Amino acid sequence: MSRLYGPKGWTLIGVLSFIVFVVFPVLSLKTSPDSSFHLSQYWVTLIGKVMCYAIVAIAMDLVWGYTGILSLGHGLFFALGGYAMGMYLMRQIGREGQYQSDLPDFMVFLDWKELPLAWWNSDQFWWCALLVVLVPGLLALVFGFFAFRSRVKGVYFSIITQALTFAAMLLFFRNATGFGGNNGFTDFKRILGLPITTSETRIMLFVQTGIFLIGTLLLARWIVTSKFGRVLTAIRDAETRVAFCGYNTVHYKLAIFTLSAVICGIAGALYVPQVGIINPSEMSPANSIEIAIWVAVGGRGTLTGAILGAGLVNFGKSYFTQAFPEYWLYALGLIFILVTLFLPQGVMGLLKKKT
Amino acid sequence: MKRRNFVKQLALSAAIAAIGLGSTGILAQAKTVKVGVLHSLSGTMAISETVLKDTVLMAIDEINAKGGVMGMKIEPVVVDPASNWPLFAEKARQLITQDKVAVTFGCWTSVSRKSVLPVFEELNSLLFYPVQYEGEEISRNVFYTGAAPNQQAIPAVEYLMSKDGGTAKRWVLLGTDYVYPRTTNKILRAFLKSKGVADADIVEEYTPFGHSDYQTIIAKIKKFASEGKKTAVVSTINGDSNVPFYKELGNQGLKATDVPVVAFSVGEEELRGVDTKPLVGHLAAWNYFMSIKAPANDAFTKKWAAYAKAKNIAGHKDKPLTNDPMEATYIGIYMWKQAVEKAKSFDVAKVSAAMGGQTFTAPSGITSTMDAKNHHLHKAVFIGEIKADGQFNVVWKTKGPVKAAPWSPFIAGNDKKKDEPALMAENKK
Amino acid sequence: MRILLILLFFAAAPVLAIDKGAVEKLASGDNDEKIVAIAALLAEGDPEAAAVLAKFAEGEVVVEGKVVEVVVNNRLRSAVTDALAALGLLSPERATRLEAAKALAGGADAVMLPLVKKALEKETDADIKPLLELTAASMEMKGGDKATRIAAIQRLGTSNSPNSRTLLSEAATDADEDIRIAAQKSLREVQGKLAWGERAGLLFAGISLGSILLLAALGLAITYGLMGVINMAHGELIMIGAYTTYVVQVLFRKTNYFDWYLLVAIPASFVVAAAVGMILERVVIRWLYGRPLETLLATWGISLMLIQSVRTIFGAANVQVENPAFMSGGFQAFAGVVLPWSRVVIIVFAALVLFSIYLLLTKTRLGLFVRGVTQNREMAACVGVPTGSVDMWAFGLGSGIAGLAGCALSQIGNVGPDLGQGYIVDSFMVVVFGGVGQLAGTVYAALTLGFANKFLEAMSGAVIAKIVVLVFIIFFIQRRPQGLFAVKGRAVEA
Repeated sequence: MSRLYGPKGWTLIGVLSFIVFVVFPVLSLKTSPDSSFHLSQYWVTLIGKVMCYAIVAIAMDLVWGYTGILSLGHGLFFALGGYAMGMYLMRQIGREGQYQSDLPDFMVFLDWKELPLAWWNSDQFWWCALLVVLVPGLLALVFGFFAFRSRVKGVYFSIITQALTFAAMLLFFRNATGFGGNNGFTDFKRILGLPITTSETRIMLFVQTGIFLIGTLLLARWIVTSKFGRVLTAIRDAETRVAFCGYNTVHYKLAIFTLSAVICGIAGALYVPQVGIINPSEMSPANSIEIAIWVAVGGRGTLTGAILGAGLVNFGKSYFTQAFPEYWLYALGLIFILVTLFLPQGVMGLLKKKT
Repeated sequence: MKRRNFVKQLALSAAIAAIGLGSTGILAQAKTVKVGVLHSLSGTMAISETVLKDTVLMAIDEINAKGGVMGMKIEPVVVDPASNWPLFAEKARQLITQDKVAVTFGCWTSVSRKSVLPVFEELNSLLFYPVQYEGEEISRNVFYTGAAPNQQAIPAVEYLMSKDGGTAKRWVLLGTDYVYPRTTNKILRAFLKSKGVADADIVEEYTPFGHSDYQTIIAKIKKFASEGKKTAVVSTINGDSNVPFYKELGNQGLKATDVPVVAFSVGEEELRGVDTKPLVGHLAAWNYFMSIKAPANDAFTKKWAAYAKAKNIAGHKDKPLTNDPMEATYIGIYMWKQAVEKAKSFDVAKVSAAMGGQTFTAPSGITSTMDAKNHHLHKAVFIGEIKADGQFNVVWKTKGPVKAAPWSPFIAGNDKKKDEPALMAENKK
Repeated sequence: MRILLILLFFAAAPVLAIDKGAVEKLASGDNDEKIVAIAALLAEGDPEAAAVLAKFAEGEVVVEGKVVEVVVNNRLRSAVTDALAALGLLSPERATRLEAAKALAGGADAVMLPLVKKALEKETDADIKPLLELTAASMEMKGGDKATRIAAIQRLGTSNSPNSRTLLSEAATDADEDIRIAAQKSLREVQGKLAWGERAGLLFAGISLGSILLLAALGLAITYGLMGVINMAHGELIMIGAYTTYVVQVLFRKTNYFDWYLLVAIPASFVVAAAVGMILERVVIRWLYGRPLETLLATWGISLMLIQSVRTIFGAANVQVENPAFMSGGFQAFAGVVLPWSRVVIIVFAALVLFSIYLLLTKTRLGLFVRGVTQNREMAACVGVPTGSVDMWAFGLGSGIAGLAGCALSQIGNVGPDLGQGYIVDSFMVVVFGGVGQLAGTVYAALTLGFANKFLEAMSGAVIAKIVVLVFIIFFIQRRPQGLFAVKGRAVEA
């Protein structure tokens, strides 16, 4: 326990947990909608969404901030997890779709008579939960194995991960691929038998995301403070020297890359029921770059920074798109430039200097 | 050192301000009613949607100048969903729950509509959707002011089969790979089959989003066209890809008199970026063209030109253009106003009920009627040939307004569908 | 007085000769009647009828001194065009006749057979005669006695036009066996020629796409390949080049020298994009050398701002860039394949740009400095190379080339705020695939990817083609992390 955080850190985590697990649910469920303390569904879904992003940011920070591998394909792992969950949610619609068929609407529409192989068992929650972990994990494992073994690194690695997510996006855009094409999955009705739009279900998802966020934070903290984590940092700073010391760097890199992909997948699975749609534009290269930007804004190599960055950028985006719909891109672009120029350690670097 | 610190502080305080301010909503003023405008102003769809936002604002200005709706001024709330579909859903929720808008005008792509639809149904709010689409949907919370397939695609194909259209016997169905082209082509294939066209005489071809190199596709069309009788191309290529497509078409010398191309997503605005001299005679089917000669249209185009100039709208201030989705947006706002005044309330159920049967003299010169039940407009269909100046020459039109059939009879199983939105109770179950 | 009257009569004669009924039908008949009227006017074969028809094609008919507006659709327009062409066949001017013969070669109505035959008798020109013979054959093969039909079919077999294939494939299912056999034979000949045309067309498409990828990637090969700056705003520099071309074009529209606007647009797009690039380098990028991944993030921010500023200035919609006259249209290079001039010009342009860069890097002092700094920055600085300003100029050069790419792209595609986004991933693929730091590699990579894309597209459609190419690049980088042309070195880490 004390290895992970000092007393101050634990207090902070405790307070945050209290807010997420107790204060927000109470404000949302137990206050009247007219009360000024009421937490509307808009805020519940928005904060829930940003927490999912924060989980992705931690995963990204593990591979980029601590191990020095900039992956521009993390959006793909996130989306794959989302798709796995989306498949389950589509099957949960049952016969309530437009066509009252056992098949999802888009399949009826393409004249498909039965579920394609990839959808096998997708009405079982446990199976989809397994897919959420396995698909991104296996993809990262295989892709990472070949990439790290042939010592693809630095910018090259960034570019081929970008190619990977771009290719996947094109693949999922195809209607014939069998995942709903451009429209993806939407119009979900229920999850685990519960109607998905009630405030109780939303708060349940919200709390689960919170649990997972704090869990991920502690896990990541545990990793980076362990010996394993130290080897990762060493790889970031001088990979050749680590290899000469007798460590097989491929194994270390592969392990953290796969773990990071799995975390992203789970975040994606939590994200989809909250925002209500998953489609291939989540895999666009721009989204993956944005993930890196959250981490950079918050501060690379600090886990709190990753969370902070995801929050700052996304709340900023939500606010700017409403406050200055025509000019918000200037603000966003400027923040990226200023942060990289003047805050190489991100917002965390600034905070640390102050104290 | 001091200066650097200052800059850092500035960056930080800007960033903190960004989260802090997120929660402050604008307090509603008395005697105004808020209306949401949900069109992408950045990202890939900005190219088409930005102008619809301006159309909404123009109509609101106009209504406000004449005293507003039920004596209340309309206050538009413009947000930018940035061509990002999850963000569409988030912004819709924000407009409805935070800003408490009475109605929202927005969306262009089908996926954005599908993304916000659950939100509008859950929170029971109204959306006006102004773009031609694939049908297969009726929601009690949405009014569709664009065309359903039978108000655009089928008349266009019928025209090409007629003597005047060139008695086309073979068909290339070309589109971007997403739901609107897929659905339209599915309907058209069934329709063509019913007219005795063999499967071998139809090819479907799809390109990815943003495809910009049409050399191979045009070569394929040429080859297909030379293998048999008169061929026509039905294009459902999405906005941005049209410019390279048409440029290639013109440069490769595929003339409209040989192989006519009829498009459902190409209007005045899309042709803005193209030199249309080599394209004279290619066709488009819409429910409105800027070149239509009607008093209502003269007034509409003039108003738009003046508004674009006054508001300094880039592009339109020098060369104002109007198009079909703009017209549909405009009709939508006025019909909403009329319905509110009839219902004497902003209540969703009451306004919805009052919408049925509303009429409006549309800029296209005909009187559009909102169907009593199915939430779609009755619209006239026009077929235009591209002229050298980028406008359209209307060569054919339907005798009168056509009723929309969102459930196309050419899709199996649709005959059992009710031509009206499901009731609340049915929906809940 | 009498003589005067006679003269008047003759002067007025052509007007009287025009079938008034036909003209009236042109104005008010339904489309079927209009077609008949056009044929009637054509039969008179006099220049006055041509004038009436030409006016009609523009949508106006003069009836009793009043202008009546008519709607002319494709069907009428093609009837009029053919009629005018047929009239042109009898013109004394060779150029007019050739133009007319070409227009009719696309297929003409059987009504015109007598006119075409009349023209054929008089025709002596070696270019025009074969065209007319084909046109006549395409009409003769449809009807008449068997011998004429078979002769016509055989003559069509010598042609290489896609229209002949259409006609012959119809005849190949004819009821008469002899005609069927003759038609099938001719069809095989035509198809053989067309198949070669298709292959050649595909090859051209590959080269064309390759040249475009090359232009888009060349600038990046310098800024990224030589300098190691990951410039995510590269696409936006391309866009700036395209918008500069647009602005120049708009200025030229007001003058009489519109066709020459590219002469100004090319240097202008280079200079503007280079200037923007140099400003970016001085203000942002130079603080980030040696931190490639952070440059990526900062330039991403820059690209967002550039896109939005273009949207603010020029509007969110596309702007129109018109080809100069010499670049619109195309020419028939092989059987059934038209090569657009714009693409041909771009291929040549890409080659020229490549050659100039080669000269610049190998023959000039700046080039020497750039190569020196690339190989060993510290050493170069020690021997007195001003590395700072070399960086600026090199970045300006790379950006300027991106501007040139934008100028070229404006001729074949969209000019809109999102223009650059479509090319950024592709450009990076080309540079990485070719091998960073290698211009030659970039060239090979661009052409290889261009061909691969086009050949796969012909086989399996555009979407799959693109996916396969991306997956291929991923595998290739796994096998050879340094790209096609690796810089050889002994260091453990590059």
